[in-house]
Amino acid sequence: MGAEFVALSLTPLLIGVLAAVTCALPGNFLLLRRQALIGDAISHVVLPGIVVAFLLTGRVAALPMMLGAAGAALVSVVLIEAVRRTARIEAGAAMGVIFTTLFAAGVLLLEQSDTSGVHLDVEHALYGNLESLIWLDATGWASLLDPVALSGLPPELPRMAVALLIVALSIAVMWRPLAIATFDEGFAATLGLPVRAIGLALVMLAALAAVAAFDAVGSIIVIAMFICPPAAARMMTDRLLAQAAWSVGFAILSAVLGYVLAGYGPLWLGFANSVSAAGMIATVSGLILGVTMMIGPCRRRAGGATVH
Amino acid sequence: MAHPLSTPRSLLQTEGTVAATPAPPPALQVGGLTVAYGEKPVVFSVDMSVAQGTMTAIVGPNGAGKSTLLKAVLGLVKPLSGEVRLFGLPLSRARDRVAYVPQRASVDWDFPARVIDVVLMGLHRELGLLRRVRPAHLDRARACLARVGMEDFATRQIGQLSGGQQQRVFLARALAQSADLYLLDEPFAGVDAATEKAIIAVLKDLRAEGRTIVAVHHDLSTIRAYFEHMFLINMRAIAAGPVAEVFTAANLQRAYGGRLGEAQVAGMQAGDATP
Repeated sequence: MGAEFVALSLTPLLIGVLAAVTCALPGNFLLLRRQALIGDAISHVVLPGIVVAFLLTGRVAALPMMLGAAGAALVSVVLIEAVRRTARIEAGAAMGVIFTTLFAAGVLLLEQSDTSGVHLDVEHALYGNLESLIWLDATGWASLLDPVALSGLPPELPRMAVALLIVALSIAVMWRPLAIATFDEGFAATLGLPVRAIGLALVMLAALAAVAAFDAVGSIIVIAMFICPPAAARMMTDRLLAQAAWSVGFAILSAVLGYVLAGYGPLWLGFANSVSAAGMIATVSGLILGVTMMIGPCRRRAGGATVH
Repeated sequence: MAHPLSTPRSLLQTEGTVAATPAPPPALQVGGLTVAYGEKPVVFSVDMSVAQGTMTAIVGPNGAGKSTLLKAVLGLVKPLSGEVRLFGLPLSRARDRVAYVPQRASVDWDFPARVIDVVLMGLHRELGLLRRVRPAHLDRARACLARVGMEDFATRQIGQLSGGQQQRVFLARALAQSADLYLLDEPFAGVDAATEKAIIAVLKDLRAEGRTIVAVHHDLSTIRAYFEHMFLINMRAIAAGPVAEVFTAANLQRAYGGRLGEAQVAGMQAGDATP
């Protein structure tokens, strides 16, 4: 499976893994802060951002689209805060209101604008195009050392790698204040920690992860990876650092297993066509969560079974 | 930092004897503090002064602004007006000397952390962003746990503790900060008798070391036994001073209004109230 695997499967697999891990890392903190839905919100509002960027520039290019998506993510975060504060709508509902509204606006925009000639549609937004991120220049494992072939790598791969690097480094540096502010914001503030800025930084990292991953793999994976691996990881351990490690492991497992099952699973079952890798990766992450909910050593909410 | 005067003392005593050196600034001074949530003031034009090395209870009915007063002092809620000074300094320059013990119910105890992890949060100023947790840090955290009688629980997940044990962990975290002023929000709310005993013993120890304690307290029956000063509040400051002087039927009536029967007040004043 050498040459064919490297050319057709290696890069989508790697991009899937990178996207999954990039989303799962901030997901740990979002989950503990009861903000997990913000990943959902961001990945939906990315659509109008991309459409607006396309309308402004008239072409499908990575940079303006990323900027449009990032801008939309920023706008949505601000709007969510605004709705929550001015109208006293609780955070989850505020997110729901904003992301459905903006996503719907994006769909309308898309319908009204002439995007028929370009690869820009709602399906793409949901499922991405993981399978198409192939590396045609590769002729085998040796291509990994061939500069000419390497220059033909899909640009999503280095982009996703950079996003992961930024997210992982930021979280590593912010780890302690982030943990303290997540557990006990009032106490964190009395230590002089900038709790508002910490919360905003986390949401920005989530936005970065969502926008970078959305471009490569679509919003289904983004939403699933923000929530499922960290939630499954929580069932496996009672320590934050270990939870983050487990979540990375589950994210990788989801991406690899999901990709393989999407490509070969239907064949094994006797069907002719493979299924969407993004959909399968998200499904696998949900199944992992289901399994850990049943057998994870720390699955019970503390206090449920112990003396109080 | 041990205070030079480590024996219990009252303000009156110091005034006469330490004329040569300037009197130390109050641990906590609040002037004209008003806090509102929305349109409604919760704390209105409150003045408060707490001398160093004393132990004060903030007392008042539910919704009287006790916790809000504490939070405003700590900068957790923004006051509409008023000034707060800690040891004569603005909060930003006195943070290192203040430890806060929030209400136990204010956090999610299902958070993935062990007891020792929470106590180590009290050492954040020393650990900073990236410094490694060394055995010396762990030893100090364990010593703080031992002080509240929780040394055997260091590796427990915090959600597996009883309410009283959780409260003690919070106190241990504050001890790790080795502050000079301890601000506690209802430290005895919903805890077992053993915990209440352990906590008050630690607080009295701290006071004996010259540190200052200010605690929001809701149990009128224990004020006499636990505190030497009290600050009675119901949105406005009602009365402040030594418990013996402030804990009167008239003052309690003014703070609690009709919510407290005459008989109850009389019973508690006699000091034989049952919980």
